Amino acid sequence: MAAVGRGFWLALSMAGSIALFGLNALTHIVRPPFYGRLFVQAFVEFSYFSLPVVSLTAVFSGMVIALQSYAGFSRYGAATAIPNIVLISVVRELAPVLAGLMVAGRVGAAMAAELGTMRVTDQIDALTTLSTNPVKYLVVPRLLAGTLALPLLVLVADVLGVMGGWLVGTAKLGFNSHTYLMNTMDFLQSMDVVVSLAKAAVFGFLVALMGCYHGYNSRGGAVGVGTATTNAVVSASILILAFDYVLTELFFAQ
Amino acid sequence: MSDTPTIRIRGLTKSFGDKLVLDGIDLDVMPGTSMVVIGGSGSGKSVLLKCVLGLIQPDAGTIEVNGQDLLRLRAGALDAVRSTIGMLFQNGALFDSLPVWENVAFGLLATHAVTRRTARVRAAEVLAQVGLDASVGDLSPAELSGGMQKRVGLARAIAGGAKILFFDEPTTGLDPIMGAVIDGLIVDCVKRLGSTAVAITHDMASARRIGDQAAMLYKGRIVWQGAAAGLMDSGNPMVDQFTHGRRDGPIQMELRK
Repeated sequence: MAAVGRGFWLALSMAGSIALFGLNALTHIVRPPFYGRLFVQAFVEFSYFSLPVVSLTAVFSGMVIALQSYAGFSRYGAATAIPNIVLISVVRELAPVLAGLMVAGRVGAAMAAELGTMRVTDQIDALTTLSTNPVKYLVVPRLLAGTLALPLLVLVADVLGVMGGWLVGTAKLGFNSHTYLMNTMDFLQSMDVVVSLAKAAVFGFLVALMGCYHGYNSRGGAVGVGTATTNAVVSASILILAFDYVLTELFFAQ
Repeated sequence: MSDTPTIRIRGLTKSFGDKLVLDGIDLDVMPGTSMVVIGGSGSGKSVLLKCVLGLIQPDAGTIEVNGQDLLRLRAGALDAVRSTIGMLFQNGALFDSLPVWENVAFGLLATHAVTRRTARVRAAEVLAQVGLDASVGDLSPAELSGGMQKRVGLARAIAGGAKILFFDEPTTGLDPIMGAVIDGLIVDCVKRLGSTAVAITHDMASARRIGDQAAMLYKGRIVWQGAAAGLMDSGNPMVDQFTHGRRDGPIQMELRK
């Protein structure tokens, strides 16, 4: 019982610590100096270099959803709903969640490792001695980049995921290409895309926040950096799934 | 020379959990002098330096730099004081993601004091002052030897014309010749800038080369203070044991308790 209480207390204090870290970073967003070059670097890292892995994930996810839903829906004579199922699955859920998870593994981990190494080699202390606020210099550009880049990635993933479904639908399941696309477009609602992008922005912020928090606070040399990297990916992944439920409840619950 | 210390520390205390690391340190560093703080591993030297630099918040005490209590200053005023301070870290602490010249000119670029072109010219000048060619500026820190990294770290510390310089184990990890070269560069830089310097080290040769004054830290307390030239024959049993590297003496006896 004591162990459970201790674990709960630790989780609570870490949540508080992360919240304070994030709030501290947010207060620096509007205060100069601004580090535009660092923002652009982080933005390119988040968006351009994550594009291949997110694109492939989206295409294959769309393809799998088309196959799986056909296998299930054809039993009830509802195979014509496949384009709609693919669209809803990809745009509302799979594109933002999978893109978030992929970016957490790729960029969040790298971020934690980089900041963790900077911490254990005194580079973060060196920033302070050079009259540079480390949170403003290291964390703020990454938070902004994550929040703004992931919606762009998810927009691409939305399109490619739907195209993955279209590919399987037309090449394997016998759908007419024009009909499939028309069904998809007719069923598409702007709210779905807006929520998809809103989720992406939240997930991008969470990935950057977890990467920065765990890297910035890492301790204990190489082992500490390894632990920080693992924690960044695991915590970002859990938070993405938790916030996905919260946002879905918020926007789509009847 | 002014009678007011550039750095005045009173009653500085810091604990980590149950472990008392600094136990009421009092220390004055006069303008234009170089103070060397010696002491064994774990004696609290690095914590003392980090407290003075504002990297660690002490539990009690005051740290005055040119009469301003650093622990009571607001962020803006603290940054202004920090802009007069340069620091050479033990491992160089160069920024991996930046080329050498940007490391050297980092303080100038971060405060937007100069354009990148001017900063680059200034970096080349400072690199020359520490005996490095301007072409080194294009290299990454990972491409440098340990001695070169120390020189670049020194160049970064002095690039902004620091009036107070801190050196954390400046010769650790270097061969004796390179250690002497780094010490020589430190002495030259301190004289040229007219700076006040504080170095922490357990390298006695380095301590005598760099320091005008010396203090020994043991178990979080200053146990001896005097001229660095007198380090080897201080008459203090702890200092004598430490400077001569003897196994037997009060320090070892304390450790055996």
